[in-house]
Amino acid sequence: MSGSAASPRHAAPALAAPLLRFIQALRDSGLRVSVAESIDAFAAVAVTGLGDREALKDALGLVLAKTSAEKAAFAACFDLFFTRDVLAPLAAAGTPPAGDNGDGGSALGRMLLAGDGTALAAAMEAAANGVGISEISFFTQTNIYGRRILDALGLEALDREIEALRRDAGSAAASRADRLEAQRTRLRDAVRDFVRRQLALHADGKTRAMREEFLSTARLTNLDRSDFQRMHALVRVLAKRLAAKHALVRRRARRGQLDLRRTLRQNMATDGMLFRTSWKRQKIERPKVMALCDVSGSVASVARFLLLFLYSMHEAMAGLRAFAFSDRLVEVSELLERHEIEPAIAAILREVGFGSSDYGRSLEDFERSALPLVDRQTSVIVLGDGRSNYTNPRADILEAIQKRCKRVIWLNPEPPSLWGSGDSEMLRYRPYCHYAGHCNSLRHLERAMTDLLEAR
Amino acid sequence: MSTGRGRAWAGPCFTSLSGPHDVMNDLDLSTRAAIDAVIAGLATAGYICSRQIATAVFLAQHLQKPILVEGPAGVGKTELAKASSALLGLPLIRMQCYEGLDEAKALYEWKYAKQLLYTQILRDRLGEELNGVRSLSAAIKRLQGTGDIFFSEQFLEPRPLLRALQQPRGAVLLVDEVDKSDQEFEAFLLEILSDYQVTVPEIGTIRAPVPPFVVLTSNSARDLGDALKRRCLHLHIGFPEPRLEERIIAVKVPGVSAMLRRQIVALVQELRRQDLRKLPSVSETIDWARALLLLHAEHLEAEMVRETLNVLLKFEGDVKAVESKLPALTEAARRGVAV
Repeated sequence: MSGSAASPRHAAPALAAPLLRFIQALRDSGLRVSVAESIDAFAAVAVTGLGDREALKDALGLVLAKTSAEKAAFAACFDLFFTRDVLAPLAAAGTPPAGDNGDGGSALGRMLLAGDGTALAAAMEAAANGVGISEISFFTQTNIYGRRILDALGLEALDREIEALRRDAGSAAASRADRLEAQRTRLRDAVRDFVRRQLALHADGKTRAMREEFLSTARLTNLDRSDFQRMHALVRVLAKRLAAKHALVRRRARRGQLDLRRTLRQNMATDGMLFRTSWKRQKIERPKVMALCDVSGSVASVARFLLLFLYSMHEAMAGLRAFAFSDRLVEVSELLERHEIEPAIAAILREVGFGSSDYGRSLEDFERSALPLVDRQTSVIVLGDGRSNYTNPRADILEAIQKRCKRVIWLNPEPPSLWGSGDSEMLRYRPYCHYAGHCNSLRHLERAMTDLLEAR
Repeated sequence: MSTGRGRAWAGPCFTSLSGPHDVMNDLDLSTRAAIDAVIAGLATAGYICSRQIATAVFLAQHLQKPILVEGPAGVGKTELAKASSALLGLPLIRMQCYEGLDEAKALYEWKYAKQLLYTQILRDRLGEELNGVRSLSAAIKRLQGTGDIFFSEQFLEPRPLLRALQQPRGAVLLVDEVDKSDQEFEAFLLEILSDYQVTVPEIGTIRAPVPPFVVLTSNSARDLGDALKRRCLHLHIGFPEPRLEERIIAVKVPGVSAMLRRQIVALVQELRRQDLRKLPSVSETIDWARALLLLHAEHLEAEMVRETLNVLLKFEGDVKAVESKLPALTEAARRGVAV
């Protein structure tokens, strides 16, 4: 065996189409397979060959699935895609009795009687691709796709053949018709199984993607509790992405200690005379984030989602200080730390949830307990509608916070047109926010946060 | 091998895999044999592994791609690199990653002290060299004629990455705990991993005569970038199956009787099903087996397990959580029945 990498060119065209379909199926089930990776997949198959199913699975898994979640999805997808024994009963039952060599009649009939599983499989695959099976999206489509595949296989001709044989009086013809009918039933079952499998392969990811698309644009207020789990997954991805950006290690700062090695190195040109000095650098501490989340009655419909975001942010960013408030403010970092998401949210809502909001008092609480901790590296994020039941809004505290911290971000589930209406104090708070934005869907949330993290 | 491959491609088509069994007989057994050979080769190096791991090594060798190994601590990620080095008969070059690792420590550094020393010593020599030259520009011209003395490979101190590229027969390069390094360093690795070459501005591009066999390990302290993952074969090593773990113990701690071995593995496997902060890994199983061997144990006994439990479990809380269940767990392991 040669040590050189096999190039994808070597892969025969016969192999290319199914492998591409498999990669498409992987993408449908949520794996992110890049073009480079699919090229790698071809190269891998060229090395391992197709003979060893286990080796093929391992090899493709190594190349295409890059996290443990993806590995699991990959394994399921591989098993579905490369199922072998669907046509086994057809092949087993198809041994023709002596004297009937299966000649004549329709092409499909000949194949069925010969029990040629491989040819049938290939024909079925070809027919399925002909009718565009990979477009299948819903369970209700299984019948129509099954029917189309059977038609493409030539079921009509087979039906006519059986009818003709029935009209023929001979016993040979009758027995042949019997066998054809039995095989036809098996074929129908096989096609149905095949279509169901294709549905599992292609549709799961598609419906999920559709649902997720809907969830990320839907207004938080309109969301159903049953979407909560899925939302959690989405929010977690978002929070993680934000945290990854946030935690990018930035340039290192000077510390004030001479870096001898680098200094000598730099002054080679001046014969070792130290003209230019070079100093050791140190990483800046990661920025701190403090998040205040409104859980009062006025935001009841979105409180769970705001908390969900808070929780995910806490998961993703080490050292996040989280606070929740309605008429008073409590620190909930430890609750988030200790509990799983659902109990944590329940506990927070039990503690301070659904009261009548009093932003003034909550800010006072914050001033007392946490303001000294706010410094130049701190970002303060407020999640709330700014409706304070006509109490003193204490915007001066927000001003004090703004003066001390790096930036104040206010994300409001109400659109700007409602700000300042009724008991909304948003217009009074806004001057002290570096950013105040409308945030009523995941899309909003993501956009707002990305803008902020990029406008550093 | 090549004939086998050709045959498989010339076959009916890829769908043959989804066809019945008779096509499967027509396979090229050489892949299987090659992977078996890798398994056997790694076993001679004292590394007992699953088929999947062997496939990764086999594929990495043929596609010339790095392997990124992820998995819990102590399952033998680093060992894999060492065993591969023994298998391939190539030197192992190890680079431990940590926060703040930079090019000067990973790739190359000029031997600045030596450069300095040489300038001092050669000062007179330079004077002689320039003897009889009238104008400054003529002096410069003459100096340029002598070439870049101080920035040549003589004064280059290769660090692990460059060393791995310079090995005439190739090498096994182990980039250990790549998740501990900074993101910038990860980006910097990309050039080396995809082209097996580096550029030293003063000298030019240095290309590996034989690409090294690269193994990167990660404990998932942070998520690695997609770009890095895309360039690698991604191998996840989890906790081994009972049978595999028994074989590992048999090789690593040969003195342990087959029965004790089975009991040890059964108990450890059961512990992994408990809700613990840190699950015992293969390395802990090996340590424990060694400890029991020193204690001349014949079977597992609850008392002995309790006394040696700190070999397996590294947190006080975990030890406490398990202690009360120990008699039942030990009994189950002895009877070879899962709880």
